[in-house]
Amino acid sequence: MIATPPSASLQLTDDGKLKHFLSVEHCSRSLLEDILNTAAGFVEVGDRAIKKVPLLRGKTVVNLFFEASTRTRTTFELAAKRLSADVLNIDIAKSATSKGETLMDMLWNLEAMSSDMFVVRHSDSGAPSFIAEHVTPNVAVINAGDGRHAHPTQAMLDMYTIRHYKGRFEGLKVAIIGDIVHSRVARSQIHALNILGAEEVRVIGPRTLLPVDIESLGVSVYSDLAQGLKDVDVVIALRLQKERMDSALLPSEKEFFRLYGLNNDRLRPAKPDAIVMHPGPINRGVEIASEVADGPRSVILHQVTFGIAVRMAVMSMCIAGQDAGAGR
Amino acid sequence: MSSPKAHILIRKGRVIDPNNQRDEVLDVLIENGRLVRMGASLDAPGAEIFNAEGLCVFPGLVDTCTRLTDANISSETRAAASGGITHLCALPDTNPVIDSTAVVRLIRERAMKAGFARVLPLAAMTQQLEGKQLAEMQTLKEAGCIGVSNAGFPVQDALVLKRCLEYAATFDIPVMLRPQDNSLAAGGCAHDGPVATRLGLPGVPSVAETIDLARALILIEASGVRAHVHQLSSGASVSLIRDAKAKGLPITADVCIHHLLLDESAIEGFNSQCHIQPPLRSKADREALLAAVADGTIDAVCSQHTAVGSSSKLAPFPATKAGIAGIETLLPLLLHLVEENHLTLQRAIEVLTSGAAKCLGQTVGHLEIGRVASLCIIDTKTRRRPSDDWISSGKNSPWMEAVLPGVTRLTVCEGRVTWLSD
Repeated sequence: MIATPPSASLQLTDDGKLKHFLSVEHCSRSLLEDILNTAAGFVEVGDRAIKKVPLLRGKTVVNLFFEASTRTRTTFELAAKRLSADVLNIDIAKSATSKGETLMDMLWNLEAMSSDMFVVRHSDSGAPSFIAEHVTPNVAVINAGDGRHAHPTQAMLDMYTIRHYKGRFEGLKVAIIGDIVHSRVARSQIHALNILGAEEVRVIGPRTLLPVDIESLGVSVYSDLAQGLKDVDVVIALRLQKERMDSALLPSEKEFFRLYGLNNDRLRPAKPDAIVMHPGPINRGVEIASEVADGPRSVILHQVTFGIAVRMAVMSMCIAGQDAGAGR
Repeated sequence: MSSPKAHILIRKGRVIDPNNQRDEVLDVLIENGRLVRMGASLDAPGAEIFNAEGLCVFPGLVDTCTRLTDANISSETRAAASGGITHLCALPDTNPVIDSTAVVRLIRERAMKAGFARVLPLAAMTQQLEGKQLAEMQTLKEAGCIGVSNAGFPVQDALVLKRCLEYAATFDIPVMLRPQDNSLAAGGCAHDGPVATRLGLPGVPSVAETIDLARALILIEASGVRAHVHQLSSGASVSLIRDAKAKGLPITADVCIHHLLLDESAIEGFNSQCHIQPPLRSKADREALLAAVADGTIDAVCSQHTAVGSSSKLAPFPATKAGIAGIETLLPLLLHLVEENHLTLQRAIEVLTSGAAKCLGQTVGHLEIGRVASLCIIDTKTRRRPSDDWISSGKNSPWMEAVLPGVTRLTVCEGRVTWLSD
């Protein structure tokens, strides 16, 4: 009886093409595979002497970061520049835009400058969807991380990395370890892995770091690291923020590392060829030991490299979707 | 109130007055604002005739929980009259807070001047609703407040709460509570369940309510104060109230209408129109609340009317203001529940009249010969879209485009016509 916002259709054109990228959740498997395949074509651009393609020439991309981030913003900036777009970086302290009105005013101002794409990071879950609902048509919105909700480009670069090393998703067992409750990365990874056909997605952590009803996202829950890592193909460690100790979620970093931190010994139950991933930035000695982070199973730095290609893919696909929608 | 005293003969309406177990087709005569006769084929020379054939006549509806501001009293009470409501209880978190006699007077005068409904103000239980020092409860009661409440700012300190209840009990002042433990609810904006988990919204667990309700019930029992609990949101809270009533505690409870119709899935897509506090909970909670209304564990259904400006909902979900402007859809939504066979019509009217009056400790919400008349005439069969003739200053409602049963033809509040439509 009530009208609900069009969450599923908001990011797609009528014929199913991407026009915003807000969440992995409502995407089809073929769309996610499209993103990965498109990204594959961009990986070699980074190896060229002149690292540019002209797909977004004349377009203006605005990095709208309401929450501080150097790494993600930098990779989006690099991705946009490699696509030949003009890039504007705007860092806004959250305090200045805690009211919706200010946020709307800011958007209208930016639209008046003929922006073509907003790359949005915000501490409130749902902020990029809200912006996508209210921007003028033909402005693409890419979610660069919203609250605890989603970080779809991070999840897709992780999927790219997994496919690169494993060649497929069928039959794969993937374990995600640590602070799931606060993690937008984990939520997007879970959706992506399930959509792409992974055999099993596991989350491992103490109850205080697992959200209520996490099973409903399609995961199996483990509190014991050794059991959770048994026979897995992919191990994903999440960053543990230091604030978690202050809010009584954990006793200490030391105990967390003892129970859930990755070192070579604790990785033994995983498959011998299991890869180890981390969205960064890593806390050495908290969620991951240096011997693992820098060791042969770690693909952490490759994730960063692939991240630029995946973001180029998403940006070019969204602009193409917007242009097609506008009949241009 | 501004309009002249009513002199109306209501012909052949189906009169439902749950307080007197009445449900029959009757004529009702109002003379000089008083209800003077009810019976078959009355005659009243000089009275205005209102043909109510096929329509229902209810006692004036009573809303046990609304939020007003000093600036919107006129528009919101008119919205209330359009929904058949004659009496509405206003929480003290008005701006300014109702913790002084001057503010009580201001609120009452504004309502009187507007003339659309009787506002029954609650006084702040603690000064500035800060939960630290007792407000002047007895003085505020004498100034016209019908009870005390800390509105949406439940007193956290157990000692302060204990003293509030003891002080109120001393003067037999009813206490209205909206239980919530703030440490458990901190930062939350949605029910701590699968939908909030998926949307990544910070959750308010059900225990935030039940833990504070359980504590309050222990203190209510110890103090013997008359207490009413606003806005139950979970099945667990229903169980606590049921047990407390079985033990004979002097307690009543209400639920917000939206909690009877919507569950956590209503916030899918970050639908800020369904951002309310306490949050919409699980389907099982909703079913338990509905059953509790039907079986009498819950005494009243309120609108929890909260009108906010459109920009307050125009933001990412966690940054939006909580609340639904619901005073004019309260009866239509209850009639919808009747159509869906969740409640009988008699019970639906009871929770809006005598049940609500009992919660507030007021002798309103029933039809008594010789008393000043408060009633409404409702066409329960005709349906309308709320957006077609919306009155409240707040457009924040998920029901705007729903087609709902119930059109108010006439509202008479304390002897004067406050709403009339054909």
